[in-house]
Amino acid sequence: MKLMQLQRTMARAVMQPLTSSERMQRRAPDGGPMKRYASRFIKPNDRLTSFERLEIYNRQYWFRVFSALGEDFPGLRAVLGQRRFDAMAKAYLIANPSRSFTLRNLGSRLEAWLRKNPKWAGTNQNLALDIVRLEWADIEAFDGAVEPPLRPEDLANAAGARLKLTIQPYVQLLSFRYPVDDLLLEVRKEDDDTDFASNAFTERKKRKRVRAVAKLKPAQIFLAVHRIDYSVYFRRLDQEEFFILTALREGKTLSAAVESAFRKSMVPMEERPLQVQTWFQTWSTLGWFCRPKKKRTSR
Amino acid sequence: MSANRFNGFTDYGIGIGLRATHYDHILTRKPVVDWFEIISENFMIDGGRALHILDQILEQYKVVQHGVSMYFGSAEKLNREHLRRLKDLVKRTKTPWLSDHLCWGSVDGRYTHDLLPMPYTFEAARITAQKVREVQDFLEIPVAVENVSSYAEYHDSEMTEWEFLNEVVERADCGILLDVNNIYVSSQNHNFNAFDYVNSVPSERVAQIHIAGHSKYRKYILDTHDHPVIDPVWKLYERAIQRVGHTATLLEWDDSIPSFQEVHDEALKANKFLRATVLAEAV
Repeated sequence: MKLMQLQRTMARAVMQPLTSSERMQRRAPDGGPMKRYASRFIKPNDRLTSFERLEIYNRQYWFRVFSALGEDFPGLRAVLGQRRFDAMAKAYLIANPSRSFTLRNLGSRLEAWLRKNPKWAGTNQNLALDIVRLEWADIEAFDGAVEPPLRPEDLANAAGARLKLTIQPYVQLLSFRYPVDDLLLEVRKEDDDTDFASNAFTERKKRKRVRAVAKLKPAQIFLAVHRIDYSVYFRRLDQEEFFILTALREGKTLSAAVESAFRKSMVPMEERPLQVQTWFQTWSTLGWFCRPKKKRTSR
Repeated sequence: MSANRFNGFTDYGIGIGLRATHYDHILTRKPVVDWFEIISENFMIDGGRALHILDQILEQYKVVQHGVSMYFGSAEKLNREHLRRLKDLVKRTKTPWLSDHLCWGSVDGRYTHDLLPMPYTFEAARITAQKVREVQDFLEIPVAVENVSSYAEYHDSEMTEWEFLNEVVERADCGILLDVNNIYVSSQNHNFNAFDYVNSVPSERVAQIHIAGHSKYRKYILDTHDHPVIDPVWKLYERAIQRVGHTATLLEWDDSIPSFQEVHDEALKANKFLRATVLAEAV
């Protein structure tokens, strides 16, 4: 068998989903018996059949990708519940096997896939989509690029009306239909607490988590997911504040961004200048502005 | 001494894998360690904490890069984006050599994130060696390939694993990261004499040695890196050192990781064998 053919044959088996009891399926990807499929290219030994040897790799593959996805999306797991999350993860990973050299990117297509396949998003699809977006933003903010910070001299020659400001690539700006920042923080706190838990304690925590999810009421929020001293933080934003930042990120001039942000605003005209000034001070203090970033390629 | 062209003519001594659970200990207590090995992929990112920690480590320690997803043995082409990011990291760490596994793990752009065993065929050796050469040319530093633990063998194989390793490294003119724990694990899983393997490796190409622990199941052994090194593996290490001389040695401990001191103490047991080679060379 040619190398490419052998690798395709093996990969199809390795990436085929496990049974509900986490064993290799009896049916091979080609529809025939897996025993026959495995014995075509894997040698048996005195202790293991070809099937059993291939099964070691099949199980390791699924344990690894399930574990990686579960670690990255504990909030979605809390929203869906463990059983639904596992079923969703399996369906997602079948449709979206990793195409990156790093497991860090395994969940990069989860939001888009859930939108196309809402039956996997549980009973509250908006909440599931919100939490997935927040958890992916958290990953992007954690190791996103940082560009050299903006210096006063960078602004010295900038024309007032045409001034454009660039926001640090790691700063993620999102709007949500649910206050998922609170939910995710609570989920993480519980996960930390359960490190030393007895079984009984874990059960109690699970019930508490389910209650927290069930109690969550819709409420539009605007959020910046950013980092300070290499730790990720969630910062709630006012609506107009969010609009200015997103307009700047889209490349609008500062004056155009401010103007569009307040177009339908209820903030009284006389309060706006001070409000904008305060926001800019905060953003500058947090280091959100940078010199224009270099172009980067995707992973 | 095994400072050779495959490890940049260095003699690094005994190192351990740099793991997140030990960051605080290393940065606050600054323990004396010969060198750290990093998993390249963990630092092939755009920014954030991991790179910040790495920069602090680089200020005080020697660092060598070890990869897990280059997949020299995959029949498909190399991932250029992977290579570009790896080269950026090489410039940052100034690693004197770089290693990855003699295995495959991706096909048609889909990644298994596993170290899958090679069929030991001449076709596979040719393809693998060509890719190792491409990586060496692109990165402009020596590359060492590591033998993996395996749980399956192929009907297609035309030679032993060590013959395949020799075939690849000769064709690629590259170094070897000799993992004596992996040799032990595979010897148990495939019923061969581990010493035959160690005795067949071209000693002049060994850039580095790995030692580690593993988990024994009823019908096979799994390379889990979650235990101390067992005596039979130390014996293989002793034999390897007798053949290749004083060589950069690295303990891998990736799961159920104990305290920094415990990991480092386990690694330093290698000194017993390394000192013996120094004495032998002096005589």
